[in-house]
Amino acid sequence: MVDPRRTSSAQWADLWLGLDVGSDISLANAMGREIIVSGLANEAFIRHATSGFEAYRQCVEKYTLDRAERETGVPAEAIGQTAHAYAKAKSGQICWTLGITEHHNAVDNVVALINLALLTGHVGRYGSGVNPLRGQNNVQGGGDMGAIPDRLTGFQHLENPELRAKFERAWRAKIEPKRGWHLSAMFDAMERGELTLLYVLGENPVDSEADRHRAVKLLGGLKFMVVQDLFYTRTAEMADVVLPGSAGWCETEGTVTSSERRVQRVRAAVPLPDGVLDDIEIIYQLARRFGHEWGMPDAEAIWNEVRQLSPMHAGMSYRRLEELGGIQWPCYDETHPGEMYLHSRLWQEPLIGPRAPFHAVEFEPPVDELNEQYPIRLTTGRYLDSYNTGAQSQRFPSPLRRAATIDLSPEDGERYQVGEGEKVRISSRRGSIIAPVHFDSGLRPGLAFLSVHFHEQVATNDLTIDAVDPKSGTSEFKATAIRIEKYTEN
Amino acid sequence: MDLHLTAAAASAEEQAAIDALLGEPESSWDGGARQIERDGRAVFGGGTARWRRHLLLPVLHAIQERIGWISPGALNYASIRLNVAPAEVHGVASFYGMFSLSPRPPVTAHVCDDIACMTRGAGALCAELEHTLGPAGSPCEGGQTIWQRSACLGLCERAPAALISAAGTTARERVVAPATTENLFSTMQDAVNGKLPAEPDTLSTKLSVPQAGQAQLRLLRRAGQVDPSCIEDYLQRGGYEALRRSFELGAERVIQEVIDSKLLGRGGAAFPTGKKWEAVHLQRHLGYLHYVICNADESEPGTFKDRIVMEGDPFAVLEGMTIAGFAVGAQKGYLYVRGEYPLATERLNHAIKAARAQKLLGEDILGRGLRFDVELRRGAGAYICGEETALFNSIEGYRGEPRNKPPFPTQSGLFHLPTVVNNVETLINIPEIILGGGAAYARIGKGNSAGYRLFCVSGHVVRPGVYETPYGPTIRSVIDMAGGVGGTGRLQAVLLGGAAGSFVSPMELDTPLTFEGTRAIGATLGSGVVLLFDDSTDLKQVLLRIAAFFRGETCGQCVPCRVGSVRQEEVLQRLVRRQTIGSVAEESNTLQEIAQAMRDASICGLGQTASGAILSAMNRWSLFS
Repeated sequence: MVDPRRTSSAQWADLWLGLDVGSDISLANAMGREIIVSGLANEAFIRHATSGFEAYRQCVEKYTLDRAERETGVPAEAIGQTAHAYAKAKSGQICWTLGITEHHNAVDNVVALINLALLTGHVGRYGSGVNPLRGQNNVQGGGDMGAIPDRLTGFQHLENPELRAKFERAWRAKIEPKRGWHLSAMFDAMERGELTLLYVLGENPVDSEADRHRAVKLLGGLKFMVVQDLFYTRTAEMADVVLPGSAGWCETEGTVTSSERRVQRVRAAVPLPDGVLDDIEIIYQLARRFGHEWGMPDAEAIWNEVRQLSPMHAGMSYRRLEELGGIQWPCYDETHPGEMYLHSRLWQEPLIGPRAPFHAVEFEPPVDELNEQYPIRLTTGRYLDSYNTGAQSQRFPSPLRRAATIDLSPEDGERYQVGEGEKVRISSRRGSIIAPVHFDSGLRPGLAFLSVHFHEQVATNDLTIDAVDPKSGTSEFKATAIRIEKYTEN
Repeated sequence: MDLHLTAAAASAEEQAAIDALLGEPESSWDGGARQIERDGRAVFGGGTARWRRHLLLPVLHAIQERIGWISPGALNYASIRLNVAPAEVHGVASFYGMFSLSPRPPVTAHVCDDIACMTRGAGALCAELEHTLGPAGSPCEGGQTIWQRSACLGLCERAPAALISAAGTTARERVVAPATTENLFSTMQDAVNGKLPAEPDTLSTKLSVPQAGQAQLRLLRRAGQVDPSCIEDYLQRGGYEALRRSFELGAERVIQEVIDSKLLGRGGAAFPTGKKWEAVHLQRHLGYLHYVICNADESEPGTFKDRIVMEGDPFAVLEGMTIAGFAVGAQKGYLYVRGEYPLATERLNHAIKAARAQKLLGEDILGRGLRFDVELRRGAGAYICGEETALFNSIEGYRGEPRNKPPFPTQSGLFHLPTVVNNVETLINIPEIILGGGAAYARIGKGNSAGYRLFCVSGHVVRPGVYETPYGPTIRSVIDMAGGVGGTGRLQAVLLGGAAGSFVSPMELDTPLTFEGTRAIGATLGSGVVLLFDDSTDLKQVLLRIAAFFRGETCGQCVPCRVGSVRQEEVLQRLVRRQTIGSVAEESNTLQEIAQAMRDASICGLGQTASGAILSAMNRWSLFS
């Protein structure tokens, strides 16, 4: 378990590494080096199925255990032991969540982990692989359906003319041969005045964007904004038109796709409330008003269109999804059972398809640097019983829920002479907020934690930096430099 | 009792009690002083933390025994040390009757007011205690002692009974039976002054086994005749011959002999023992660990046979378990002993040590390469933990709530691994079967009721005690064996099988005590209880006590039993006080309906049998018209 904080999950780990926020690449590269110099790399697999190993080896050569200890704070011995345990395991998985991806070098972080899987051959076999764990039931499904700037349904590249032509024929419409913007790029486009109209479905950027001041200013400058949501969020408050949405898990028909690529049916269990339309119905009605008559909305018919256009979904009829209790893509035809894990081709003799590439990546510390003025590293995250900006979860009470607090180590409490529940002013280079203190013994001196749930009380994103990973568009929510001062009301 | 740790801290004494069991904390993350420089970057060992939950019940015992109650700070410390959420620790601690979560004086007298003791003056004894010491459950004058009413303590042959527990660095327990106000007071005073002897009980087993020394005895042939602390004594009287013979026969033959013997479980459910063993044995190729559990959580009111066996012949229990372990391929056995049995606990603990010293438990038993060891676990005052799946949860450190079946224990038992659970009496039959052969054993007894049986005879009888006979004597002959009806000498009723059993009338005394015989009159043998009531007994009060027992002992997990056991007591209360809602017949119908719902919908035997005795009495006598 690798986590800057000693969480309740870490309590259960055979080995916990409490690294400095944002030092993941140094840790991964040092593990890679240790595996290579100890002769534990899976050389046969590397020769058979990968490319770019030599460049990777040269890159990680610099990352000695001692260097990693300096950069991560984790004792060299513990890093070495982790490397040996992973390399010697019969099968090994690496799972991660936002601690890897909410950084300015998010994709590099992921690549550093993929390198480890390639180095040891922990990929393409049962019980192996690399796994981003998702916070929602259908993150995977959103991407699969084409909610990615450069992809159409089934990850088919928008800029590929043949693929685009297939969709144009089916849809009898022209598709712009140009990739779109990801979320962070959209805000930049708003800033340049290139994006003036926004249709927001089930998202609450007013509370969820890094550097909230900027986000609110840009959203306020739009010519026209539509928000479609289950709840009247703070983004909805700013909208010109609000369309009440339906609850996908109980009020609509359709499918969702879990992190293990399993497509599952969802069914309407309760009727829609008065005045609310099914999300598909809203889009059909919009189309009608734009002059396109699509007929009656029918979830199964839309799904069958997906199956026609996306080869990896082709074999997943509603009937089969029901019979098999969901199917993991790819599923190319109605005799195909789906695939339990991906990339098994890498083990086939001879190799089928392209080699899996190593990508050498270098450690870069977080953008928001610590100095005397901002000496504390703030990281953000979630509590078990609350969900993201709280649009849903603040509406019900929970016995676990505490008031919004800034979590500090007991040592920092002494250092700044504040007690449990006392208020402090927290300042970053971008803003400043007030929050009561809670002591969490799972934190080290110099490490603080804020949740993202309670924006009305504690606007965490007034502090965070909008340094964005150019490859994924994710902001560096996980690493902010702050200072703390005792706050007295008067 | 929170989802988060509260601010309450354990005292040095509470910490010491827990650390004595678990060892010192390894880092600040499992209860040690905070050393963030050392522990804030890397920690090994969370893997063991995942597997320590089963120590929760022993930890709670350690605090209760040392301090006399379990404080919020102690619960917090237990939670940190074992890596179990505070709410879960509280859930387990509050489940068991022997644990107090509010301050309690160090010396507690548990005074039995259950049905067997009722026949021998428990009512008068409690009334006197109320008069002199104050109401049950409130600290007595001086604040050092408290007395409480208790469900059956399993000392029915020496009723009325009491158990005194004294907390402290050397915790002591003491049985007082038969109890009088005088011997209770003086023992409580000794406890306050730290003068209780180490031995929890002194009465000789001979008095509890009136047949002691008789030549025909098999199961009880050593009880009262051997020194239960002396393994040589056991060995000289045929001890461990059956284990040696088992090695010669091999596991498959041993199981076949047990199947051939037609031995049925003696805990009450009467399942074929050999079938259980075979089911676990056949899973050996899967490579999982197997477990053997001796269910010694004998808590059925009126039952005390297992206690006497454990006190009088503890090595026989271990030998039976070891043969079971050999047969089914288990390396570990658990002996789950009722918390209210201090003497049995002490004798068994001693026996385990002695057996290890003689290489009769451990890595290489008798040099035959068999690896098997036994760990004793104490219950903590919960009748339901005698239900086998509740017992698993209890050992694992969860609330002792039964699990759904299937899966059955032979597939998914303790720690969800294949497990054989046998009652004490069942296990001491095993050496007889191994040495005499299964087929010969099957010929003893009557019909499908094969072998020997222990009966717990108590109440209004001349010589209460545990009696052994081959299956088949009538109720009348068992009563005669015990010297006839006591009290007024005129029999009113007999309770067979305990609170979960059924009443029979004097007209039914010629019923043979076999599975078939009792079934024919709608009764059950259960755990072998034969409890007599003379004609001076107010049966209505007995029924109320039984109803109160089930209301108190329902684990609360499933609704029919949790609600039904309360409603049943309420209806009975109204009937007894003649404050019925509607007619007596309507109230009787309500009782029938409650009983039906509990029988049909409770997940375990407790709810399913909670109405049996009450309805059997109402069917036989017009108690309320």
